[in-house]
Amino acid sequence: MSEPLEGRVSAPLVEMRRMVKRFGSVHAVEDVSIDLRAGEVVGLLGHNGAGKSTLVKMLSGAEPADGGEIRIAGEIAQIRNPRDARRLGVETLYQDLALADNLDTPANLFLGRELRTPFGTLDDHAMERAAAQVIGRLNPSFGDLRAPVRNLSGGQRQSVAIARALHFNARILIMDEPTAALGPEETAMVVEIIRQLAREGLGIFLVSHDLHGVFDLSDRVAVMKNGRLVDVCATSEVTPDDVLAMIITGEPLSSVGG
Amino acid sequence: MAAALVAIWVILHGLSDGVFLTPRNLYNLAVQSSVVAVMATGMVLVIVARHIDLSVGSVLGFVGMAIATLQVEILPVDAAWNWPLSIAVGLALGAAIGAWQGYWVAYRGLPAFVVTLAGLLMFRGGAFLLTDGRTVAPLDPSYQLLGGGLRGSIGAAWSWALGGVVAAGLVARGFAVRARRVRLGFTPRPLSVEIALLALGCGLVALFVGVMNSTLRPGTEIARGIPVPVLIAIAVAVGMSGIAGRTRFGRYVFAMGGNPQAAALAGIDVRRLTLQVFVLMGILVSVAAVLTTARLNAGTNSMGTLAELAVIAAAVIGGTSLSGGAGSIGGAILGAVIMQSLETGMVLLGVSSPVRQVVIGLVLIAAVWLDAVYTRRRAASSWEAA
Ligand SMILES: Nc1ncnc2c1ncn2[C@@H]1O[C@H](COP(=O)(O)OP(=O)(O)OP(=O)(O)O)[C@@H](O)[C@H]1O
Ligand SMILES: [Mg+2]
Repeated sequence: MSEPLEGRVSAPLVEMRRMVKRFGSVHAVEDVSIDLRAGEVVGLLGHNGAGKSTLVKMLSGAEPADGGEIRIAGEIAQIRNPRDARRLGVETLYQDLALADNLDTPANLFLGRELRTPFGTLDDHAMERAAAQVIGRLNPSFGDLRAPVRNLSGGQRQSVAIARALHFNARILIMDEPTAALGPEETAMVVEIIRQLAREGLGIFLVSHDLHGVFDLSDRVAVMKNGRLVDVCATSEVTPDDVLAMIITGEPLSSVGG
Repeated sequence: MAAALVAIWVILHGLSDGVFLTPRNLYNLAVQSSVVAVMATGMVLVIVARHIDLSVGSVLGFVGMAIATLQVEILPVDAAWNWPLSIAVGLALGAAIGAWQGYWVAYRGLPAFVVTLAGLLMFRGGAFLLTDGRTVAPLDPSYQLLGGGLRGSIGAAWSWALGGVVAAGLVARGFAVRARRVRLGFTPRPLSVEIALLALGCGLVALFVGVMNSTLRPGTEIARGIPVPVLIAIAVAVGMSGIAGRTRFGRYVFAMGGNPQAAALAGIDVRRLTLQVFVLMGILVSVAAVLTTARLNAGTNSMGTLAELAVIAAAVIGGTSLSGGAGSIGGAILGAVIMQSLETGMVLLGVSSPVRQVVIGLVLIAAVWLDAVYTRRRAASSWEAA
């Protein structure tokens, strides 16, 4: 497997080594190691229940790991909760669009990291201003910022989540099925944003069931089955059919095709 | 909702042959609403957080009895610090009770309904046990002022002064916010609208002070002015509005009520937050206990009986959604005044107590029904959007 040259020079942005997560007797993630470099999109593929979400949740702090080691830019990272992850520049778009439906766009964008006045009270005007700026970059036809996000379309809600990553200068972005709830146009918009963010140097984990979509976007794809990593391949060196075979059989390409 | 209140007032005024909307009646209405209003502001946050507190009436009784017993039977009666200390202990007791109930809900995952139903029984029993059911009286004369009563109001001059300060504050804040938004590049609303809104606000303040100053101390020509308990309720309402709308704590309570999972993923400690909501509720119940005992000039073990219903009804009538995530402090205050208006109005009309209970019960059903219809319609529309 040939690696891009710059990847050898400096440490990868993210290194996850021998990650383990069990829920009771379910081995959700078992001994998985994977890297992510700056400017790279890594697709995570696998059947339902393969452990894709659980793997990235250990990086986003949503599920503490039972074992393994995470390094970010070469440094060992202790990620025990979402706050830790955010502090390290990890932003996450969750599969189920984790927004507080009853709050407006600025409140969701800044949830957990509100801007405050010198008196310690919420500075809603400043947050609205900043939200307008970052959302305007993503989605100029966004609409009313102060409406509760329950009134927004799937694409608009996804822009809110992506705007978080932009505003807080994330280095690492985790997208768990970012287009699952979206129509074709909105999907195209999110795809374009992912490309743009990767060009700007973010490392992106992209979890999806859409094999072809992932193939178009990713530099490498990782296939999981039953909590284990099957293989990681550069998309330039395999075909979608090869990957599909890996997803189904759970065998690395080398052992199937030689 | 303000429209509903005005409609109820006009109807009651008509039915009562012009007795309802007199300064004297409105003065009493304000005093009587204050206890429920204080507790309703806390209940809003409890319900927004997707919980409920059925114990507030009993806790009021228990804390009230504790305060009265302290003042009369434990602390030296003639010490100047007697009643302030008893209030401090009462507030701490309320906070501790809130922490106890909040602990079971937040850290042990019991439904708030069950925990506070148990509290309803336990603290009512506790109120009896404190003195074996004896009524404790009389309380300190200074303390009694907190409940209103004959001298428990601040007089005309102070009332106008306070009203002036509040109006000036409203105007100053209105223009400061406006200037800030212009600086940040927003187009502000038309100046005429801004001025009209501020004028309306100042007008309501003036009207309120005017009405409170139009009642005289019985047998004198001295205007009573704003009653102390009403002043306390207003201060609580303003403070709680600030907490709900302008602090991280309040923002997080609403976020948690809207989507607990999203709140947790945003790094919010939802269990600690839940505990804090119950502690705040307990403190507000203690404030209500102070107002009640001061007004009664006694501690009795039946104080606060059925208050939980009035408090929950005030919050729900005021637009707090029982499905969580939505509610406002101002709405709950209006809700408390609406409830008290119905009660007072029916008393004026000579409606018997059992009939009053039936009517209040029906009003509660109507309010919850409206909330349910609204929630369903909202769910339906977001379903269509998805
Ligand atoms: N909180 C949890 N408690 C118990 N079991 C869990 C939990 N989260 C995940 N699991 C289990 O862990 C395994 C991996 O789940 P995970 O959500 O990571 O799969 P996935 O690859 O993301 O699937 P999908 O494509 O359906 O999103 C599954 O068997 C799942 O049932
Ligand atoms: Mg998943």
